[in-house]
Amino acid sequence: MAHDHQNAPPSETAMRVKALETLLTEKGLVDPAAIDTLIELYETRVGPRNGAKVVARAWTDPDYKERLLKDGTAAIAELGFSGVQGEDMVVVENTDDVHNMVVCTLCSCYPWPTLGLPPIWYKSAPYRARSVSDPRGVLKEFGVDLSEDAEIRVWDSNAELRYLVLPQRPAGTEGMSEEQLAELVTRDSMIGTAVVEAPAS
Amino acid sequence: MNGIHDLGGMHGFGPIERETDEPYFHDDWEGRVFGLFFANFAAGHFNVDQFRHGIERMAAAEYLSTSYYEHWLHSFETLLSEKGIVTSEELDRKQAELSQAGGA
Repeated sequence: MAHDHQNAPPSETAMRVKALETLLTEKGLVDPAAIDTLIELYETRVGPRNGAKVVARAWTDPDYKERLLKDGTAAIAELGFSGVQGEDMVVVENTDDVHNMVVCTLCSCYPWPTLGLPPIWYKSAPYRARSVSDPRGVLKEFGVDLSEDAEIRVWDSNAELRYLVLPQRPAGTEGMSEEQLAELVTRDSMIGTAVVEAPAS
Repeated sequence: MNGIHDLGGMHGFGPIERETDEPYFHDDWEGRVFGLFFANFAAGHFNVDQFRHGIERMAAAEYLSTSYYEHWLHSFETLLSEKGIVTSEELDRKQAELSQAGGA
């Protein structure tokens, strides 16, 4: 992507989109201000910090964790995260023996309320194609080197059901608060393409 | 029914490319397309299943050679045209008009 695209003439696609939005607006079917609001919402306010709060709560509150694994949608809604593309949530727990990772082979299904919009690699053909045939190789590319004994479970999201990985709490974090723990939790650890690292001491 | 969107297990796509900055939208028009999804959905022009099907009906070669939000735009055009809300001719005309007027 060119950095000076503001100075370049608009592409055919950009003009096509502009034409569509203009027509829909002229017909009174679309409000451009509402589109501005939505873009701003998803660029700034919905994102993986939400999911990190869910994970940190599960790490510090065993009752919450039990509820989360039993009924992900309800437990996530307890923290105020619900809505579009998070209507039906399943939370899968990583353990010493099992590593979970999430893909959407058909398109880009992803839990928006907890993780925001997906990164471009999640929507890309290589990730969608290879996660299910060579998950161990994919994880290596992401820097996750699992032991040969570990079982990898790959969850293929769909339009109805979205998955969130509950990563393992790293060792050496016993004294940390829920807020501090949430800071450690990365987006990729909740997709399952990373593990949560202990803080550098 | 399977189709080109059913990528699970397919070979030959090469390495997974990751970005360092990871913007949600790579150009302004991508954000507009994202917002237009909600606007059309809220207006009852299509539901999520119809929207996905609009992408899945794309010609295989076009699907593989276009970007994520271009897939969305394609689905909008297909569905809005089928429902008579915005025809291709209208869209072509408006696009030409805007291009002549000097851009977005």
